[in-house]
Amino acid sequence: MLEGEPALNTTILLFLLQDGITNGAVYALLGLAMVLVFAVTRVILIPQGEFVAYGALTYATLATGQIPGTAMLAVVMGLVAFAFDLFAARKAFRLKVILRAVAVDIVFPVVVLALTWGLAGRYNAIPVNIALSLLIVAAIGLFLYRIAFQPIAHTSVLVLLIASVGAHLALEGFGLIFFGAEGLRGPAISNAMITIGQLQITGQSLAVYGITIALIVTLWLFFDFTLYGKALRATAVNRLGARLVGIRTSLSGQMAFLLASVIGAISGILIVPITTLYYDTGFIVGLKGFVAAIIGGLISYPITAAAAIVVGLVEAFSSFYASNYKEVIVFTLIIPVLVLRSLAAPEVEEEKE
Amino acid sequence: MTQRWPVIVFALVMAALPLIPEIPPFWIVLLNNIGLAALVAMGLVLLTGVGGLTSFGQAAFCGFGAYTTAVLSTAYGVSPWLTLPLALIVSGLAAVVLGLITVRLSGHYLPLGTLAWSLGLYYLFGKLEFVGRNDGISAIPPLEIGSWRMLDAGSIYYVIWIAVILSAVLTTNLLDSRTGRGIRALRRGHIAAEAFGVNTARAKLLVFIYAAVLAGLSGWLYAHFLRAVTPTPFGVHASIEYLFIAVVGGAGYIWGGVLGAVIVIVLKEILQSYLPLIFGGQGQLELIVFGLVLVALVHLAPGGVWPWLAGLLPFKRRPPRIDSSLHLAARPATELPPVLLQLEGARKQFGGVLAVNDVSFSVKPKEIVALIGPNGAGKSTTFNLITRVLDSSAGRITVCGTDVAGTTPQQIARLGVARTFQHVKLIPDMTVLENVALGAHLRGRSGTFASMLRLDRADEAKLLAEAARQIERVGLKEQIDQLAGSLSLGQQRIVEIARALCVDPVLLLLDEPAAGLRHMEKQQLAALLRQLRDGGMSILLVEHDMGFVMDLADRIVVLDFGTKIAEGTPDAIKTNPDVIRAYLGAAA
Repeated sequence: MLEGEPALNTTILLFLLQDGITNGAVYALLGLAMVLVFAVTRVILIPQGEFVAYGALTYATLATGQIPGTAMLAVVMGLVAFAFDLFAARKAFRLKVILRAVAVDIVFPVVVLALTWGLAGRYNAIPVNIALSLLIVAAIGLFLYRIAFQPIAHTSVLVLLIASVGAHLALEGFGLIFFGAEGLRGPAISNAMITIGQLQITGQSLAVYGITIALIVTLWLFFDFTLYGKALRATAVNRLGARLVGIRTSLSGQMAFLLASVIGAISGILIVPITTLYYDTGFIVGLKGFVAAIIGGLISYPITAAAAIVVGLVEAFSSFYASNYKEVIVFTLIIPVLVLRSLAAPEVEEEKE
Repeated sequence: MTQRWPVIVFALVMAALPLIPEIPPFWIVLLNNIGLAALVAMGLVLLTGVGGLTSFGQAAFCGFGAYTTAVLSTAYGVSPWLTLPLALIVSGLAAVVLGLITVRLSGHYLPLGTLAWSLGLYYLFGKLEFVGRNDGISAIPPLEIGSWRMLDAGSIYYVIWIAVILSAVLTTNLLDSRTGRGIRALRRGHIAAEAFGVNTARAKLLVFIYAAVLAGLSGWLYAHFLRAVTPTPFGVHASIEYLFIAVVGGAGYIWGGVLGAVIVIVLKEILQSYLPLIFGGQGQLELIVFGLVLVALVHLAPGGVWPWLAGLLPFKRRPPRIDSSLHLAARPATELPPVLLQLEGARKQFGGVLAVNDVSFSVKPKEIVALIGPNGAGKSTTFNLITRVLDSSAGRITVCGTDVAGTTPQQIARLGVARTFQHVKLIPDMTVLENVALGAHLRGRSGTFASMLRLDRADEAKLLAEAARQIERVGLKEQIDQLAGSLSLGQQRIVEIARALCVDPVLLLLDEPAAGLRHMEKQQLAALLRQLRDGGMSILLVEHDMGFVMDLADRIVVLDFGTKIAEGTPDAIKTNPDVIRAYLGAAA
């Protein structure tokens, strides 16, 4: 950053605003995914950062024509998930259940791996690479829930959290093996550049805004207007009640993780052309989304989105004024928010069984 | 009352370990690391496992302790022994500041809040000039006793493990006391604890500070053990690891913290030294395996390893000896006012719902008043207004002539109002005796330090004697040492009554006391309540069993949809057309 007295002129101001909003939009996506997962499964999704890194680095690896290790990981996790499904179904062996398990746990990841094998390097197009990356990470997200969380879905938030951290550590370790310690950058979705007065807007930023808004609207439509979305919300409010009215809560959890992993992967693919991502960058990026989610109280989508933009802006401006203390400022930002929350809303007693 | 000899045996074993001839020095280093982690985990056990407050920031408190001694002993040449109290004070003060902000947060906000400030503090340690930024501080002097400089791992080993065992004993003492019962009640929510006078906000802050001071102690030891500090061991990853240790060991058990430290640190060590041998030097393989093992551990033993191990060990909890000759001072016998409880136009509105609508009635001394009405009539809400769990929207409620507006549930308990709950609020993993003793909380006065040092025993013996007396009175003498969670629901309601009696109340509020009781038990309960009334106590009860109510009550108040529709003697109520309509419908 600049040395000496920083001078803020219009160009820098506009640049910082743009930078802040772009990052904020990505944080908003991650925050939304965390809210979604927490609401449905009570899991605080620490591995969200790995979804980001996996999405970004899978995309960047595919762009170099190589086959990413994540495709293999998806197949292996699918096999483990299949074993879990078989074990769970041992008391009542029904053909339909087994067929579904075979289709989801084995056929799906194997087909994705085969596609990756067939297409990587030979047909190197950005949309194809994006689609493959999303499919791979989606499979990992789905199986992660099946393996690590579904068997302990009834336990306390704390136990789920420990499992979540364990999953984060394991996935981060795999990330290092698959992608190495070197950072990667991916090709931009759009190289266009629009100039309005002093403001230069890259096509990539526009893509970030567009996709973020589209996703938020989609999520809103999904949760408010589809039966599936309503089922997810019902699970969030009362697990037992949801089961009693015939919602399969394990399916809700799988859906939530599927959505979260896809959202994480999209965020990663959006930012990897802007900044170099490392196998462990996802953690910090994810945590910033998390800060936004906390400000939103882990319940409100619009407040989370707005808070994420604020986080992005604060980060941009503090990197200009006090770059040394950028992270300190971003992470302590939520303390005044928490104080306000605790003053405004008195403690509510939760009935625990 | 826990037995002392297992602790003594453990201390002797730990003292003898370094004396084993040719024990690899590396083992001692490992044991030192285990001790350091166990201290932090023990704090987390109290905070998270017992108090129900999850913290992601314990490593930051280690940082406060470590940096305090590092700065003072290097830059200012202060003796390490002098920096010990300062290190503890600094971590304690940090806990006060952060605790005042975060501890009030309910549910999931608390872990998230601690996560946020611990991240912030980590980056701050790495940026501040006077703590050496990311390079940290090195050349910290070792601990010295006389001319003995504790330079090697073998000498500081004793300091570390004395600290661990001492902390474990003090913490065990604390939990087995009046203050400890208040802390253990926190996890089940604040309403029940507050109804018996526990200041839950203070109790939460107390455990938060306690855990932070233990972490600060660990940090101070760490600084003089490694004699260098950098920000990394005080970051979020370390905090998360401490949480693991507590959960893996058994988050509700003090020795679970020590066991968890052994498991996690030894596991990490094995993974780091042997995995590369098996699989070659591939990347962070140990990280993957560590993560997978953690996931597997919480799947296999969500409650931790300690309870499983403790079941195999030969020592058991010994029920406390109760000296029934001891008595607590009774409430000073003052002239009771002509009206104990007065409701004048009490009203409670939840959004658009009028749960209690301008209800007025009173309870006089030596009177049993029943509050009846169909489900949803506002009976329990009325109880909550009287005991200040809820704020009235309008109207005036006085207890013994004192207007309750603006008071806390604790003050209501102090006035001599005790209650039971419609949904039983006992602490299932505490014995019946301990649960009931919580009711006498306001009648003891021993504080935190007295409890840790066992100076509270005289006071505690009186509290337990009183609790045992009330348990006998309600007829549960057989169950006194059983865990409250193992009793039938009906018995649990009776335990709640015993707990309320421990307050030495002038007014007893009972919310559906007879629900879940058999016929004989109901008759015994009715006899007990009459006996209490004849002894001078007033009782206000909510009950659905009409036979029970009509037989027992002196006066009955009937609520329907939040409004009082009738009041009178049981005979008058039985024939009141409004009451019949409310219960049986308009056509009746």
